[in-house]
Amino acid sequence: MITETTSGNRGLLQAEPLIFETGHATGTGVDLPAPKGLKSKLGTLTRKAPLDLPGLSEPETMRHFVRLSQRNYAIDLGLFPLGSCTMKHNPRLNERAARFEGFADLHPLQPTSTIQGALELMDELAHWLCTLTGMPAVALSPKAGAHGEFCGMLAIKAALDAKGESHRKRVLVPSSAHGTNPATAAAAGFTVDEIPARDDGRVHLDDVKAKLGPDVAAIMITNPNTCGLFEPEIKNIADAIHEAGAYFYCDGANYNAIVGKVRPGDLGIDAMHINLHKTFSTPHGGGGPGAGPTVLSAALAPFAPVPHIVLRGETRELREHMAGTQAFGRMCAFHGQMGMFTRALAYMMSHGSDGLRQVAEDAVLNANYLLARLKPHFNAPFGDRPCMHEVLLDDSSIKPKGVETIDMAKALLDEGYHPFTTYFPLVVHGAMLIEPTETEPKRELDRFADVMIALAERVNAGEVEFFKQAPKLTPMRRLDDTRAARQPKLRWRRGENDTANKVAAE
Amino acid sequence: MRYLPLTEVDRQQMLNVIGAQHVDDLFVDVPKAAVLKDLVDLPRAQGEIEVHRHMQRLAEKNTPAGRTAFFLGAGAYRHHVPASVDHLIQRSEFLTAYTPYQPEIAQGTLQALYEFQSQVAQLLDMEVANASMYDGSTACAEAAMMAARVTKRRKIIFSGGVHPHYVDTARTACEALGLEVVALPAAVDDEAAVTKHLGADVAGVIVQSPNVFGTVTDLTAIGEAARGAGALMIATFTECVSFGLIEPAGAYGADIVCGEGQSIGNALNFGGPYVGLFAVKEKYIRQMPGRVAGETLDADGKRGFVLTLSTREQHIRREKATSNICTNSGLCQLAWTIHMTLLGEEGLRKLAVLNHEKAIQLADALDKVSGVEVLTKRCFNEIAVMLKKPAQGVVDALAEKGVIGGVAMSRLNPRANMDNVLITCATEMNTDEDIAAFAKTLKEVLQ
Repeated sequence: MITETTSGNRGLLQAEPLIFETGHATGTGVDLPAPKGLKSKLGTLTRKAPLDLPGLSEPETMRHFVRLSQRNYAIDLGLFPLGSCTMKHNPRLNERAARFEGFADLHPLQPTSTIQGALELMDELAHWLCTLTGMPAVALSPKAGAHGEFCGMLAIKAALDAKGESHRKRVLVPSSAHGTNPATAAAAGFTVDEIPARDDGRVHLDDVKAKLGPDVAAIMITNPNTCGLFEPEIKNIADAIHEAGAYFYCDGANYNAIVGKVRPGDLGIDAMHINLHKTFSTPHGGGGPGAGPTVLSAALAPFAPVPHIVLRGETRELREHMAGTQAFGRMCAFHGQMGMFTRALAYMMSHGSDGLRQVAEDAVLNANYLLARLKPHFNAPFGDRPCMHEVLLDDSSIKPKGVETIDMAKALLDEGYHPFTTYFPLVVHGAMLIEPTETEPKRELDRFADVMIALAERVNAGEVEFFKQAPKLTPMRRLDDTRAARQPKLRWRRGENDTANKVAAE
Repeated sequence: MRYLPLTEVDRQQMLNVIGAQHVDDLFVDVPKAAVLKDLVDLPRAQGEIEVHRHMQRLAEKNTPAGRTAFFLGAGAYRHHVPASVDHLIQRSEFLTAYTPYQPEIAQGTLQALYEFQSQVAQLLDMEVANASMYDGSTACAEAAMMAARVTKRRKIIFSGGVHPHYVDTARTACEALGLEVVALPAAVDDEAAVTKHLGADVAGVIVQSPNVFGTVTDLTAIGEAARGAGALMIATFTECVSFGLIEPAGAYGADIVCGEGQSIGNALNFGGPYVGLFAVKEKYIRQMPGRVAGETLDADGKRGFVLTLSTREQHIRREKATSNICTNSGLCQLAWTIHMTLLGEEGLRKLAVLNHEKAIQLADALDKVSGVEVLTKRCFNEIAVMLKKPAQGVVDALAEKGVIGGVAMSRLNPRANMDNVLITCATEMNTDEDIAAFAKTLKEVLQ
């Protein structure tokens, strides 16, 4: 097999250096009008620091970024079964709607007479989110899931302060939680008390009760949980929490499994963020932007952060300041992720109440189908029961033969797949968390299952080196994380890249 | 339903393989009473035609900036974004990728992140930048919390020139941690006032240049005073185009520079999504919030990029993480990088000069209107003006006549005691005719 070429290209895959290695100070891809030569009002404050930013013409810029794009895997290329991430199809109608001039070319501080449609859209979105979750209120402004968690925990803090119970500082978090949960609780000024994992992957009422006390502020539970299971004792846990004078924060990252089918409000929750970039399909964009509207119970609703939309007759107004309200504060400069609101509303309207219920059912069906097909070949720690929208496997059956979760993941890369989520949740050693979502047809699931089974057979055949060498066919082979962390090189600097260039050219 | 590929035949076959009778058998762990028997009370599925029509109808109830003579900034700016930027960010491989957790098949995103971090560091004249925050206001809040971590002190001082929404956002986050926040009274041109509040308990001073009134400030002395008192100087900004013309805070010795990147590559979008820029001195990188991409080598010795220094982050460090941030502003960051690549040094410098010239023209035109006093002496593209009437009423009256003239300071901060102050800005998008129309209409409104 040819591994190196003169050009550095590999077939259709073009080699592409950094813009700093090809661009130059006078290169530009924009034609702006000539300045008039007016006298500056800046005096000595004009820039003296070098700028040294490379510029490229439009055709060079197009090629640079199209070439980069071809090094990315994406949901539009194939199954992207990252557990907890809900990588579903992103409808393009939503992209079009978000770009309507009446939404995209709208400034957040325009007079309210000129933004009535935008406020109406936000109200409609709020109505959909509240109706689906069975909750009375929603704060739209949080900018991502973790930001929504922060919003919910600050609402809980404000409610406790209002009751004169600021001494409640302890937040219970199961060890299976996403890392954002404990990080958020800490950021909100709480201390984290971990509920240890049980063998069945669930949170037990007894374990919660054992932790309760007069200093407990809240519990943060992901439901369905990160093991892909619905918490059967959820309602009783909520009751116990409330009886103890604390609040129930639900991490809504896995809401896709129950949307339109179960209302979190019926389970006794007080706050839950909704990742619009998961359940409601706004594109992940290689790491964002997301949006994390947070639904609130009647007990927490008065403390929702500003801005609030206020209906006066036929007109909608914005309340942007806390004076005269119990709002706990402000999450961000403006009104939240409007571009995501537009997309999410278009998505919800397209599905409707019937389609959204079907989303949950198909997501759960797809996951259980993969579980049924893979269970005979891998260890499924909780595989004796149906799962929700994600399948949890581990590497306990393959590890004794020398192949671990990371190796399976890297072998999948050569097979043309983005792997599952690796080593999460932390409560299962060598976890492989697979979330197919409802937008995968059966033949894609079958193809993926066939590949996984074939890989399991290679493990059984003792082909350990095949796994350790993987991936071989990707644009890059395994990358050295340790080197990156030990000698951090986080930016280009003029004159410093000689070694890297040499290495690249070799 | 057009987005759901399973057929009824598929569903039945799959249930057979699973060994279940009905899909509800898979929801066995859900308390029976919690499973909805009926559909939620919301409209049923609709086709692309109907949804398009509905969204269009909502959009048409708004007045887009481009249909008016538009002079509003104060944290979000209307600039031209080249057509190629929006085309590139809609490439499926960028749009529909996840966070680059598998670097072998995410080098596109990772290299673009590395280029972004490099461009941001160059622009702000700082040593290191991260891979983006949600927006400028949340970046500013993170900077305040970071200063408390670095100095192990608990007081943050905001100048009276920091955007009031940034102060409110940071105050909300800081007070949750028990930090003390001192926000100085609104002041058009007094960033240095923060130095009078320095003391052994001060973790950081936060100043803004250009500030919310448009005033550009030399931050050298503030930086020196902060350093002398063992505090960090944090410089924030809302208009990143300015650094094509004005000295960036890095050159004044700032420890953290953070702010809004929306101006480059991103539309107004009614306030979001935007992209927070965050840069620090190298010695602080292990206290920095957010993701960061770094260079490394692959198994064949080829240069590649990975997410690195993740022992700071929530998925590893949990409650001891430097921030709870996970998802950031990936695609907005990509748009920023593409637009900045198209501009290059020459294009950015020219764009900045054009903005400054438009603001000079605007200031000169408004200064000639009776009942208007220009307050901002050293501006980039934004100025504050004192009107002879309360500014909120003037803004509303202008809007009736097709001019979005800016924002009343009383809307941003009702307690500022600046009811007659209007904050107004001009960019390369404003024509000479726009400026003339604004001045003429303002004269009418003030009569």
